Amino acid sequence: MKNRKRFMENAIHGVFLVLGLITVGCVLLITVYLILSGIPAIRKIGILDFLFGEEWASTAAQPRYGILPFILTSIYGTAGAIIVGVPIGFMTAVYLSKIAKRKVKAMIETAINLLAGIPSVVYGLVGMMVLVPGIRIAFHIPDGASLFAAIIVLAIMILPSIIKVSLTALEAVPKEYEDASLALGATPIETYFRVSVPAAKSGIAAAVVLGVGRAIGEAMAIMMVAGNAPNMPGIFQSVRFLTTAVASEMSYAADGSLQKQALFSIALVLFLFIMLINAILNFFLKHRKEN
Amino acid sequence: MQNIMKKMISFIIISALTIVTMVGCGKTQGGTVSTDGSTSMEKVIGALGESFEENNSGVTFTYNPTGSGSGITAVAEGRCDIGLSSRNLKEEEKAQGLKETILALDGIAVIVNPDNPINDLDLETISRIYTGEIKNWKDVGGNDLEIVLIGREAGSGTRDGFESITGTEDACKYRQELTSTGDVITTVASNPGAVGYASLASVKETVKALSVGGIMPTEETVKDGGYVVQRPFILVTKSDTKLSVTAQKFFDYITSSEANEIISSAGAVPVSQ
Repeated sequence: MKNRKRFMENAIHGVFLVLGLITVGCVLLITVYLILSGIPAIRKIGILDFLFGEEWASTAAQPRYGILPFILTSIYGTAGAIIVGVPIGFMTAVYLSKIAKRKVKAMIETAINLLAGIPSVVYGLVGMMVLVPGIRIAFHIPDGASLFAAIIVLAIMILPSIIKVSLTALEAVPKEYEDASLALGATPIETYFRVSVPAAKSGIAAAVVLGVGRAIGEAMAIMMVAGNAPNMPGIFQSVRFLTTAVASEMSYAADGSLQKQALFSIALVLFLFIMLINAILNFFLKHRKEN
Repeated sequence: MQNIMKKMISFIIISALTIVTMVGCGKTQGGTVSTDGSTSMEKVIGALGESFEENNSGVTFTYNPTGSGSGITAVAEGRCDIGLSSRNLKEEEKAQGLKETILALDGIAVIVNPDNPINDLDLETISRIYTGEIKNWKDVGGNDLEIVLIGREAGSGTRDGFESITGTEDACKYRQELTSTGDVITTVASNPGAVGYASLASVKETVKALSVGGIMPTEETVKDGGYVVQRPFILVTKSDTKLSVTAQKFFDYITSSEANEIISSAGAVPVSQ
């Protein structure tokens, strides 16, 4: 009986191990696949021409495969979304964790959860119908589909993750810290910004990195508002991101063509970007644990 | 303990049975028809394939959207029954023993915002607009408004068709490259300076279709060749090899007048009487 029990235990351990390995297997599979299918085009085009070429014309008679416009657009777009989104998200988190009354907090939190649950295609649709014409009229430009529109959409999309993660970090600050500061005569606002926020800073940094990760990986919503012309980025310029470059041409690219291989190479570059961001995120999270 | 074992065993048996049943469904007895080629023909050939499968139980229809060029190569190499091309065969392709049969015609409408006073452009003006030579509507008799060029993504069949007809391959200065006809129509409908193109059948009242050289795009004008922004949808077969029985049946069905209604509802203009 005892042996049998042990056997069952081991068997179940084994099952869980297999289940856990499925995730690892998926990651490995995707990594290996991306690298294998991304390398050939880079070798054919040449890594410098590929990464720093300023022109993308994949279906032209003389095809050119330069993805610098996409890389820069992804960087600018993400940076813009962070510049717009982080102050709003961070202030909201401070307000919710320290100042808001319970009822107000519950209401705002529900709204944030709803915002997080909206599918990205809906963001894109609303952006296309409302934001793009709005930008066109507000700034007197011929067309509103631009990097600017994409930044606004991305900023709204990353708000929920920024707010939630910073909120958790701020709420984890021990109450004694704040009590001590208040007892020394600091006002509540001084206490929040001089004591609570510094104590939660690695958590807030993690929130920002998470926002970056979400923004750089988004495709659907910005495909509908950014215009998708492979231009070098400018704030009111029609632009194409790394993600949308892959998504918009993949469905028509012929199997085995250099165009399709180049799309995989773009995906590989995007993957490396995201790995880098993950590494940074891990660093912050580890740092917080050690504190 | 025994209970758990029993449960696990029955779970495994049930899953195994489910898998077996699912696999069983995939089997068919009838023949197959494989098509390969033009992505623009996806809607038409998909609808035809579906109705063919419905009327002939057990028959499998496949369509591989690879592009006209790849479709022609595939049929020449015998990798599929029928090749699909949205351009006429070249002489050297015909010399390889390939035969073309026109299935339908595809009209591409040039669309503008309903507020735009322009109603007519000729083909040359359209290509000058799309290559960026004409930048303002006032140069073609419209309002003083910058022209915003809306197009489709590289590889799209409609883009390929439009650019080859207007002679603007690789030269279009698009402001926006959108990934669906619906997006093009929505964008043109919301921007007074926009011009775009879309398959004739998908044009809605929210946008205005222009006449080209004085001829409005309609089924009739596409059919009689008066409306010039159009191209043929072609079935490519080998002239020296016979089609399989099922493939021949499919070929006869889609080129008969029976299929006309399906072709029209999929957005193309049928040609068979």
